[in-house]
Amino acid sequence: MITESDIEHIAELADIGISKDEVPEFTTQFNAILDYFEVLDTVEGESAPDAGIVNVFRDDEPRPCLSQEKTLENAGSTENGFIKAPRVM
Amino acid sequence: MAGTLEFSPDDRYNAFITTCRQAPFSDGALAGTAVAVKDNISTKGIQTTCASKILEGYVPPYDAYVVELLRQAGAAIVGKTNMDEFGMGTTTETSAFGPTQNPADPSRVPGGSSGGSAAAVAAGLVPMALGTDTGGSIRCPAAFCGIVGLKPTYGRVSRYGLIAYANSLEQIGPMAQTVEDVSKLMSVIARYDPRDSTMIDRPYDHRPSAEIKGLRVGIPEEYFGEGVDPRVAESVRDAVGILEGLGAETVPVSIPGMRHALAAYYVICTSEASSNLARFDGVRYGPAVDTRKSWHEAYQDLRQELFGAEVRRRIMLGTFALSAGYAGKYYAKAQIARRNIREDFERAFCDADVIAGPTMPTTAFRLGERSDPISMYLSDILTAPANLAGIPAISVPCSTVDGLPVGLQIMGRQFEDERVVDAAFAYEQEVRA
Amino acid sequence: MKTIVGLEIHVQLSTATKLFCGCSTDYRDDEPNTHCCPVCLALPGALPRLNKRAVEYGLRVAKALDMKVLEESEFARKNYFYPDLPKAYQITQYDKPLAVEGTVEIEDDEGHEKIVRITRVHLEEDPGRLVHVAGGSKYSLVDYNRSGIPLLEIVTEPDMRSPQEARRFLNKLRTVLEYLGVFDGEREGGLRVDANISLEGSERVEVKNISSYKGVEKALTFEVTRQKNLLRRGQRVTRETRHFMEGRGITTSSRSKEEEHDYRYFPEPDLRPLRVADWVAAIDLPELPTARKNRFMTQYGISLNHARTLTGDPKLADFYEAVAHVDPVLAATWVADTLLGELNYRDMGIAAVPVERIAELLALLRSETITDTAGVQVLREMLDTCAAGKPCEPPAMIVEREGLARATGDEFTQVVEKVIAANPHAVEDYRAGKKGALNFLVGQVMKETRGRADPRELGKIVSEYIDTGGV
Ligand SMILES: [Zn+2]
Repeated sequence: MITESDIEHIAELADIGISKDEVPEFTTQFNAILDYFEVLDTVEGESAPDAGIVNVFRDDEPRPCLSQEKTLENAGSTENGFIKAPRVM
Repeated sequence: MAGTLEFSPDDRYNAFITTCRQAPFSDGALAGTAVAVKDNISTKGIQTTCASKILEGYVPPYDAYVVELLRQAGAAIVGKTNMDEFGMGTTTETSAFGPTQNPADPSRVPGGSSGGSAAAVAAGLVPMALGTDTGGSIRCPAAFCGIVGLKPTYGRVSRYGLIAYANSLEQIGPMAQTVEDVSKLMSVIARYDPRDSTMIDRPYDHRPSAEIKGLRVGIPEEYFGEGVDPRVAESVRDAVGILEGLGAETVPVSIPGMRHALAAYYVICTSEASSNLARFDGVRYGPAVDTRKSWHEAYQDLRQELFGAEVRRRIMLGTFALSAGYAGKYYAKAQIARRNIREDFERAFCDADVIAGPTMPTTAFRLGERSDPISMYLSDILTAPANLAGIPAISVPCSTVDGLPVGLQIMGRQFEDERVVDAAFAYEQEVRA
Repeated sequence: MKTIVGLEIHVQLSTATKLFCGCSTDYRDDEPNTHCCPVCLALPGALPRLNKRAVEYGLRVAKALDMKVLEESEFARKNYFYPDLPKAYQITQYDKPLAVEGTVEIEDDEGHEKIVRITRVHLEEDPGRLVHVAGGSKYSLVDYNRSGIPLLEIVTEPDMRSPQEARRFLNKLRTVLEYLGVFDGEREGGLRVDANISLEGSERVEVKNISSYKGVEKALTFEVTRQKNLLRRGQRVTRETRHFMEGRGITTSSRSKEEEHDYRYFPEPDLRPLRVADWVAAIDLPELPTARKNRFMTQYGISLNHARTLTGDPKLADFYEAVAHVDPVLAATWVADTLLGELNYRDMGIAAVPVERIAELLALLRSETITDTAGVQVLREMLDTCAAGKPCEPPAMIVEREGLARATGDEFTQVVEKVIAANPHAVEDYRAGKKGALNFLVGQVMKETRGRADPRELGKIVSEYIDTGGV
């Protein structure tokens, strides 16, 4: 059973804001979905290494980069060639 | 014969997010053909949003490999189609740009998440379109709108430039009115791309053949059981009867892992999505984050405001499924279930060359009909197994129930996309004749 | 009270391109955000492609540290938000690293050889770089040129017992990495360390992101003192993460919620697993520091100290071997002691020094054409010319021009006579048995000849001169 405070913690981990009045509905839905996921408890078998292709590489040869202009083009805000981001306190 | 295609469609079903009024094209297999591209596939110079506000205004500086291939083949890229936000839905209702309507019945959803591509094709706005399929997102709208859609074998089409929702499950695939056009588009996009490390160099060079004499068609009981509308099941059985009439033989097969399929699918896709969608923070692209706020607060506010409810729900589900203390119960178990299902299919494909069943358990829902997440998720039950197993699967229209299209789904062995195309082609040729 | 130290070292590998894209890694002095592409900017839809050379470099290190390379190795996503991490996950390795269980031999504080066990090595990508704007601005600036640079993380067991041991370990590790050609020691921030330190029986403290290997000893010394002081005052050491403030030489509590991190690791679905254990046999390792040190001692007959110094840097060792033919022992003294000291004083690298000229200088010393004192003068002049970027004159020309050839014959006798005549008191003192008086007289002769006379030889001559009544 997931509680409302669990939901708030998960939202925090995911950096997804959640407003107080959304929490109850999210909690109910979460519990319904997790109920459905309970069926996974009946899964049998061991985890095994992933079969299939291995060792996919690229050679260490430089390729052209984007221009600084292209790199900054979609950024919300820039300064002297840097991209602005919120500050870490 | 290079030139420019004028494109000003009557988009009454809201199939497009972006249209290109003047679409350049060149020589090649698709010279001058209008192709619509789902809006989660990067197009250089054309806004690509994933139907999300968080990418509004984002113009990729590069083309997805499939788009490069389309351009090389001479296609005119005429627009970007509507979809469920980030592919997370079965109805195209979670789009931030409003729902798409089903051309077969505008009061109904077109299915999803590639609903815009399906509607554009069904309404005759374009002859072909690209969709993407993570748990049924090509086949579901193809079935609901009455067109053909192919989810290729995992690793056959490059994902480079496809904005990831669930990397280990999804593939780009062709959608069109006919199997022949689906096959034609497939032969353009299925080319090896070293930038996608999960690809295998198995290009698709195939012209469909209607000769299916002796083809063993597996009928899994799980595809006709509980939760499947009996009328849908009935019309699919009729379709299988037509295949038999063409010389195919049916064999009963079983996919016992199906009981875990949907839970496994949702755990895996939400887990991967929670990680994939973490990069949307309004720093390098998308509407700008407020850099005056402290960092967590700024990200949280932006992501709360610009992601829709279903996207936030799935990000949170995936975050939870991977979190300390729960990863063993959810993520790890889902991986085992996934392997079991893959092995079930391998076993079934010893007795059968292809497996047939309905694409969707029902016909198209009414707009707004499925509001609670669980009932929505349940509708992926017949499509998600092929994504878990990485096998090719096609949906071809087989009949109607209450005037609404029903899709016949044909699945095949890994890298036998050609065989499922042939089976669908044989059926289509027979019923259209 | 036993000090227990374990380290996590992040080393930038010197590949030409980033770990998962073809962007060049050589961004020093370049404008911000000019070494970027859709992959390292985390543009939607971009996919990583693994650089083969980074894997080969990792395996080279694994082999040199005598590690077990895993049969199957895999990349994983480490999920966390930070403004320098564009994907909001770092592609790293988690439960299937490249290699495990290795060793590095160092000297303990008593000078005995000891083994530091290596837990694991794995590959991962560097995040971008955050620049904090001076003043009261609320935002930071991001440069993604560094984003995606390949890092090798090397994790040790808690086998070091003092900050000094930790420094010696890092020196040794760095030398090995340089010998292997996988690491450029001159690159700023090329080696970053997280250190775990505890006093036996107390909680463990992690000091994060020490960006110079010299800083590690400082940070750890500070921590030992801090933790001992806490215990002495009857307080407890809190288990926490601390940051090292390089400038002030102290660590501070980071007070963040870092302890609560839940990284939600899962296998990277965009990359395929590695099966490279069988590549190891084919890797040809160069001669490593310990082997080279031992060879230097037997082949050249030089002291352990000289051999250790000379092999501490592969370029220095190469340099020594290029001049050793003149006279191995003389060359060892001059390269390891004199030359290295003069280079450090000038903040110069060995690469700037012309091998031929040093060999010529050694030949002049060996043939006793000049004295050691004059040799140092010539060396200084040569290095100053090199440092100024000018072509270096042959030492013989400097000797000629400056008149630095060893004083001989008449000139020599004249100077000795002159000094003895000018200092009758000192001569008296010497006769009275005062040892210092001889040194004074020799010093006066040295001064007169500007170091062109050998002081030991001179001592003999001066004393003989006085004893035989030459005056
Ligand atoms: Zn790059």
